[in-house]
Amino acid sequence: MTAEADAFQGAGPAPELSAAAPIDGRRRWHVAALATAGLVAMPVLAIVWKALNPTENIWPHLASTVLPGYVLTTVLLMLGVGVGTFVIGTGTAWLVAMCRFPGRGLFQWALLLPLAMPGYLIAYVYTDLLEFAGPLQSVLREVFGWSTRRDYWFPEIRSLGGAIAMLTLVLYPYVYALARATFLEQSICVLEVSRTLGRGTWRSLRDVALPLARPAIAVGVTLALMECLNDFGTVDFFAVRTLTAGVFDVWLRMGNAGGAAQIALVMLAFVVLLIWAERRSRVRQRFHHTSSKLRPIEGIPLHGRKAWAATVACTLPVLLGFAVPATVLADYAFTSEAAQWSPDFFRHALNSLGLSAAAALVAVALATLLAYAARQRAGGIVHAAIRLASVGYAIPGAVLAIGVLIPFAAFDNAVDGFLRQTVGISTGLILSGTVSALVFAYTVRFLAVSLGAVEAGLGRITPSMEMAARTLGHGPSATLRRLHLPMIRGSLLTGGLLVFVDTMKELPATLVLRPFNFDTLATFVYQYASDERLEACAPAALAVVAAGILPVLLLARSVGAARPGRRGRDD
Amino acid sequence: MFRTLTGALLGSAIAVAATFSATGSAAAAGEVNIYSLRQPFLIEPLLKAFTEKTGIKTNVVFAKDGVVERMKAEGANSPADVILTVDIGRLNDAVEAGVVQPVSSKTLDANVPASFRDPEGRWFALTQRARLIYAAKDRVKPGEITSYEQLADPKWKGRICTRSGKHDYNVALLAAMIAHHGEAKAETWLEGLKANLARKPQGNDRGQVKAIKEGECDLALGNNYYYGAMLSNDEQKPWAEAVNPVFPTIGGTKGTHVNVSGIALSKSAPNRDNAVKLMEFLSGNDAQEIYATANYEYPVNPQVKWSPLVESWGRFTPDDLPLSAIAELRGAAVKMVDRVGYDG
Repeated sequence: MTAEADAFQGAGPAPELSAAAPIDGRRRWHVAALATAGLVAMPVLAIVWKALNPTENIWPHLASTVLPGYVLTTVLLMLGVGVGTFVIGTGTAWLVAMCRFPGRGLFQWALLLPLAMPGYLIAYVYTDLLEFAGPLQSVLREVFGWSTRRDYWFPEIRSLGGAIAMLTLVLYPYVYALARATFLEQSICVLEVSRTLGRGTWRSLRDVALPLARPAIAVGVTLALMECLNDFGTVDFFAVRTLTAGVFDVWLRMGNAGGAAQIALVMLAFVVLLIWAERRSRVRQRFHHTSSKLRPIEGIPLHGRKAWAATVACTLPVLLGFAVPATVLADYAFTSEAAQWSPDFFRHALNSLGLSAAAALVAVALATLLAYAARQRAGGIVHAAIRLASVGYAIPGAVLAIGVLIPFAAFDNAVDGFLRQTVGISTGLILSGTVSALVFAYTVRFLAVSLGAVEAGLGRITPSMEMAARTLGHGPSATLRRLHLPMIRGSLLTGGLLVFVDTMKELPATLVLRPFNFDTLATFVYQYASDERLEACAPAALAVVAAGILPVLLLARSVGAARPGRRGRDD
Repeated sequence: MFRTLTGALLGSAIAVAATFSATGSAAAAGEVNIYSLRQPFLIEPLLKAFTEKTGIKTNVVFAKDGVVERMKAEGANSPADVILTVDIGRLNDAVEAGVVQPVSSKTLDANVPASFRDPEGRWFALTQRARLIYAAKDRVKPGEITSYEQLADPKWKGRICTRSGKHDYNVALLAAMIAHHGEAKAETWLEGLKANLARKPQGNDRGQVKAIKEGECDLALGNNYYYGAMLSNDEQKPWAEAVNPVFPTIGGTKGTHVNVSGIALSKSAPNRDNAVKLMEFLSGNDAQEIYATANYEYPVNPQVKWSPLVESWGRFTPDDLPLSAIAELRGAAVKMVDRVGYDG
């Protein structure tokens, strides 16, 4: 994309541009962004089209029966996960970024580990551990001499609370990663001023750092909430009836794909409204730094009880979100006789890694294009198109897969029909049922993730630097290449790695769209886990987690390294 | 580091793309393409036997949801030859979506009794599975429960476990109750059953038996083959040994409610001949025996004997309600589950 844009640099206005178009190529960025956003929004539009053709109006039935319950459960789930990820993510990010306490160096990266743990896996593992038949309750019964579940009270893991806990544990790293990067990139000046004016650690966080980090934290929480809305595996396993459950009932049990699409769109509208409200409320605020005094942050030393509290606060999420489930899986994998160590593993793993890498590259490239185009004095249409392109994240994977199928198959069939008529050759399906459909689906699904990271990165670059570059005669493409890309490469890497890890874990869209005889680690795990045979698939589950760890560690490193002041560059 | 990483990512992406394209097209001669809603490990032994016998290679995509939508979108160019699925409702969905075509085959007609196939040949059942009541050996006396209707009896209050009322198998059972008793009576029954639940509907059929073993409940609904599957699994064997399988009757008849797994020929089938061969093979003696012995399902082919283990659970009479009636009432059943708030 850069090469293409470069070709026009300094070539003057292209002939098809109107007289009012900026002469420096901004319009080209807008057009490219619109085209890309349109392409990525196609599956969503396909779902809209589906929603316009329901087989039956499902709302009267739903409204008079389960809808109020679904809505309430969904709102509570989002509220719980939203608050949970915000508190854990921001709190731990602040501690490791700004304070010194035992284990800080370890937690910097360890806090990201739960990101490698798919929500459905952690749900299976904790159910095994905490259910009535699980080891914990069995031991309790043994010790206290209880026999039936009526003899004592124990929190039910398969419940709304359980689902909130599971989703919070695996989703808080989104907030943590983005908040920590932002805290690290904040100029030390504002914090020193804050402390000089008599604010302590926590009040500096509340009054200065948090408001400044708000865009990044908002992106993190939004990602967590969207993930929460599209999650079906965890809530279904926990018998928590959210709107997503309604989508699947209407689609599969009532045979009404149109009605299901309508519910999915209502959910989507809800998320869009949330995002819009958040953006609206800070529309007049600017968050880039005008000072770039970025000498290394010393960290506020914590002592005694405070230091221990900080250590415990950082240990718990890692322990519960990663160490415990990973240990259980490892135990199953190495001690259970049912564990299946299949030679196919290598192939599944290769599939997973290749798909994830491809999806990460495409998603970051498109996100950079979109976010940068939006910076080029883009109008409302471009901004709206970009938002539309990133809503795929909030749509349940299986529904999104149908949205991907429709335009892909339509394209394939159109090409086939055209060639049959003109040349007499049938091409069949070129793209549908191939890996490209999968990569496209992942891109649509996870663009919001990479876009959030890239936008957060670009947002911290003050326009005056851009203006300087432009004054020095660089076009938008050269400015991007020479100014922005080097400055936001930490964010690019963050975005790419998040998409990578997300794709490793992705299940529902992969199931529907994959080619023949094709398995990823996630689909392999699902075959067994969905049948309560966690032991059998523990080796593969462990592999999903292991494959997610490396990118997570890279991610941790890149965020640490992204602090410009660290290298003493004179920018 | 950023560059190295990008390089590594690009490199692996290209390598994988190359691997994929090498495995390429699935429409060549000697193949049959299967869209399966059944789990791979259930059908793998059957497909292996088919390839050994005929030399035809099988290609499978397994997905629980969205298969019919995929075929609809792919249209005339869909590579699918057959759909393998459970539940008459799912077969009916495929028929109504217009993605299947009729088959007329003497072999199929001979192997599959008329009540187990569509009169127009658009779908064929391959196995039937009884929906059983599993009763705790030590807490429920033999003969204490003999019908589905008795599940609503208040004496079982707080003693019954089931999976979600919206699961295909429970929906099919409820549809059968509606067919036998009418909507009003069936709804009263479902309300009674809900009132007897020991816990919110959750998990799968095996999970319910496990709950009986652990003393959470005394009765559970589950398909018959899970009993066999659990008995042959070291970890799950104690669960199965804690229960007695009961073949309940429905609607005052002697019949037990059954659901089916089945197959349909895709409308677009590029390898039509191979697909029909596969359908004939799966309904034939060899495959039906694998279904019976490896999966503990009941073969639809009357010439094939039940497995000795399955036989040991006793003979039963399947409910003679036509499968089409269950398929038709499925929508009403799902809505009833919502009205009663069964899943809570």
